Amino acid sequence: MHFAVIVFPGSNCDHDAYHVFRHILEVPVDFVWHKETKLNKYDAIIIPGGFSYGDYLRTGAIARFSPVMESVIKEARTGKPVFGICNGFQILIESGLLPGALIINRDVRFLSQDVTLEVDSIDSIYTRSLKKGHKLTMPIAHKQGNFIADENTLKMLEDEDRIAFRYSKDKNGNPNGSTNRIAGILNKKRNVLGMMPHPERAVESILGSDDGIDIFKSMIGIA
Amino acid sequence: MKAKIYISYKEGILDPQGKTVSHALDAIGIKKINSVRMGKYIEMEFNGISKDKASEITDESCRKLLANPNTETYSFEIVEE
Repeated sequence: MHFAVIVFPGSNCDHDAYHVFRHILEVPVDFVWHKETKLNKYDAIIIPGGFSYGDYLRTGAIARFSPVMESVIKEARTGKPVFGICNGFQILIESGLLPGALIINRDVRFLSQDVTLEVDSIDSIYTRSLKKGHKLTMPIAHKQGNFIADENTLKMLEDEDRIAFRYSKDKNGNPNGSTNRIAGILNKKRNVLGMMPHPERAVESILGSDDGIDIFKSMIGIA
Repeated sequence: MKAKIYISYKEGILDPQGKTVSHALDAIGIKKINSVRMGKYIEMEFNGISKDKASEITDESCRKLLANPNTETYSFEIVEE
């Protein structure tokens, strides 16, 4: 499985994602600059975290119009895995590949801390090797991660089992105030995942947690 | 000629910033404010085009980039300098 890690001006978790594939899972991976327009040789696309275009206007709003995004949208429609993490999630929402919106955190603060996630849907390439309800610890680092959507969209996400991850029910478990504790969602075809927490920053125990690696292992089919 | 664009959250969308500012105003003794909603104000300048054309360009800009239709609404006025 050949991975592409898209790099926008202002991406800053691109190297973390690259490290996961190149050095930990030892699978082929390339950085792909946002001016590229061809992604057909890749089997999966990662939209990494960071502050693309300085988060100007709205998070992800300008990156969404980068030349590469047309190909990302095209590949996503063919069913190729497209995985947006943090700012990548914000970009996927702006580009219309995922529904809802990510607004400023409930307490209007940038949050950089570990969270506990609960695996909800296991019906995706990303979560197929995990168990429903399984708990994963990994960091969040964002100011606009408060997931909201209108009632119909929320009902659709719940009814179609499209919530991949939720923040835990514990007190302080949902620090950004996301509706229904939503931390990560899938598209209708289940090949596009967006999540605010950073699994790529939790892949080695020396980093404090290696829970995130399970998601990437699931993608390449090793449990 | 100038477009003055106002972008605000749709009704029903939580606005944590507005809420915080509202609490702060209350804390410094400014009362009688029902609620505060925060938005964005954007200006665009035009040269040598009609008011209708400016209006059309402004509307397209708002629809395609400046406002997020999921969460925001926009309005604008075109003013001659």
